[in-house]
Amino acid sequence: MRIYLDHNASSPLRPEVRDAVAGMPESAGNPASIHHSGRQARRALEEARERVAQLIDADPRRIVFTSGGTESNNLAIFGTAAANPGRRKIVSSSIEHSSIIEPLNALKERGFEIVMAPVDCDGRIIAGAAEMLDNRTALVTLGLANAETGTIQELAPLAAAIRNCGAIFHVDAAQALGRIPVSVEALGCDLMTLSAHKLGGPAGVGALYVRDMAPIAPTILGGPQEHGLRAGTQNLAGAIGFGLAAGTIEKKLDFESAKIADLSDRLLTLLLDAVPGLKLNGPRAADRRLPNTLSLTFPKVLGESLMLALDLEGVEVSMGSACAAGSVEPSHVLLAMGRTEAEARSSLRISLGWSTTADEIDRAAAIIARVWRRVAHAEPARDAEIAEASR
Amino acid sequence: MSARVLVAMSGGVDSSVAAALLRERGYDVVGIAMRLAPELANPVARRRTTCCSYDDFEDARRVAERLDFPFYVVDMRADFARRVIGNFVDEYLAGRTPNPCVRCNLEIKFDRLWERARAIDAAFVATGHYARIVRSAEGRFSLMRARDLAKDQSYFLFTLGQAELARTLFPLGTMTKREVRDHARRLGLRNADKPESQEICFVPDGDYARFVEQTAGPTAPRPGCVVDDAGRVLGVHRGIHRYTVGQRRGLGIAADAPLYVRELRPASAEVVVGRREALAARGLVAADVRLISSGMMAGDSIPIEAKIRYRHPALDATLTMTAADRAEVRFNGAGPAVSPGQACVFYRQDEVLGGGFIERAL
Repeated sequence: MRIYLDHNASSPLRPEVRDAVAGMPESAGNPASIHHSGRQARRALEEARERVAQLIDADPRRIVFTSGGTESNNLAIFGTAAANPGRRKIVSSSIEHSSIIEPLNALKERGFEIVMAPVDCDGRIIAGAAEMLDNRTALVTLGLANAETGTIQELAPLAAAIRNCGAIFHVDAAQALGRIPVSVEALGCDLMTLSAHKLGGPAGVGALYVRDMAPIAPTILGGPQEHGLRAGTQNLAGAIGFGLAAGTIEKKLDFESAKIADLSDRLLTLLLDAVPGLKLNGPRAADRRLPNTLSLTFPKVLGESLMLALDLEGVEVSMGSACAAGSVEPSHVLLAMGRTEAEARSSLRISLGWSTTADEIDRAAAIIARVWRRVAHAEPARDAEIAEASR
Repeated sequence: MSARVLVAMSGGVDSSVAAALLRERGYDVVGIAMRLAPELANPVARRRTTCCSYDDFEDARRVAERLDFPFYVVDMRADFARRVIGNFVDEYLAGRTPNPCVRCNLEIKFDRLWERARAIDAAFVATGHYARIVRSAEGRFSLMRARDLAKDQSYFLFTLGQAELARTLFPLGTMTKREVRDHARRLGLRNADKPESQEICFVPDGDYARFVEQTAGPTAPRPGCVVDDAGRVLGVHRGIHRYTVGQRRGLGIAADAPLYVRELRPASAEVVVGRREALAARGLVAADVRLISSGMMAGDSIPIEAKIRYRHPALDATLTMTAADRAEVRFNGAGPAVSPGQACVFYRQDEVLGGGFIERAL
């Protein structure tokens, strides 16, 4: 039996979501069509939209379905940049997802000033709102919780200052949604990125919350779907699945996240005991870190070797981000948190989710400890060489 | 439980068929592709890269998916840069002509990759090399030429000792290239007819001189004089790294008889040239000598066939050990030009006795 501990990459489809999507009527129709089938489709789409909106305390009319978190982040960034031509500065942080970093790099090429707020050793943004913002700032775009370390940012206190300087406030909640309570009202943000497959919905669907009157231009042009902000026939099966997953998590969030927090604490305790020198990256405090996420630096091994040895033993975890060639690069998040290249290359991310059981955690802990000992013995990590190579 | 084998896969037809054969024989195959060469800045050149390119990894990945075994790409660029590329450049700067494939087998495939194999509990490492490993009744292992002599790659593998040979598999050693391609076609592998890679993987355009200059930067060889035996200046050159001992073309000097590079002198930046007759070496001194299976001690002498370049017929010679890891090889007949830095591999019929790196001609 394989043990899947990579929910931050993608969470398995919840059974109720799978059943509903599989049971969709064949004549689902196009939600834009006038006829009966079209109306049926539209109704299903709007019900899904309501469920997603409810999960984040939003007005359903402000939910724009997209193809996922990456598209939502692109729309938030390019859409804001295009709609606010007088403002040429964007504030973000050094630990964001590539779907924020790369659009910002593209805008930098076009002459935008990009300010990357630094983070402390736990991955919390250091710079205060006041020092980052001015009247040229078009957008502040920040992740609510980090995918690799689970670090939760305190973003609500920034909202007033961002509003006062006339900038747009975008929160990437793709990783936080379904793991901790997320509310657009409590955060005071203008835009929010959501993704379905991190909470047990299907991959290939997400949403951008767009506060009423927030100036944003579409990046995909065509038909009038999604209030003109995202042309193209909606992914109906995906949206229905997203809605169901959102509905499930809305009911179960407290229970599920408490259970997951217990399990990840248990795993951490077992591993700290079995692996001398193991270090947790990110805040230790439960309310500062996603309850499901453990970023761990293992002594004496390359994370890459440990990860693939674990895969062969049936334990699935991840490390950094995969490059185009399929090997892994050291996590830019850990490097931004002040970890050395050698430490980043020795780190793995373990992320639990709705399907994780106590039995899996106990077995995983035993396997990880055993495989770590074997890998450390087989292949002593050469810290000095890794450091030299990275220069 | 069947034995686990780590198969080094490049995406080429040879390593793909090697993996497939082992899978068919019931091994627990794990495919590993190594990222070795640094990324090229120019995307067009990147697509032309002879191995380790994105497309090659995809080909290897497709083979693994078709045959249903796990496949991973591992990042060995740091080790490769230091141990193979660094050595390659240093050798050129020292006036020698390195063989990076030998170095890669020694330092990466049968060293670092072995550590990875132990990390995943693999009993064997396998590659798509054309060579054979034979186990004697007493349990000693011998490295042998491949059955397909035209493809034989045993030259590159002389650095493998008993410990390595005991845990290494070369499934293609008894096959011809044609049989390998046929097998690939039968399996429906889409790389069955893929052309062979010829260039050195980290210099895809084959321009070694420019690569050495770019990598060495300010320490790159400076221009100097082309001189003859008597020290007379015949012309100028753009750096000794642009020449190999025995080379004829590219000297840009008019003379009555063709001139060949005889020697490269890094300290004085001189390229020494001479007539063809002056090139013939009587033998060579080999350093860093490894013997696969031998009780030879310093002073011992045996007849061998010596191969002083990969694409070069083996020459009858006498091997004399001068120390535990040094030897002299004396050719029985008129010798060829000898290029310091290349590997000299010792054969007795089909068996590889060992080899070393050429230090100088005798």
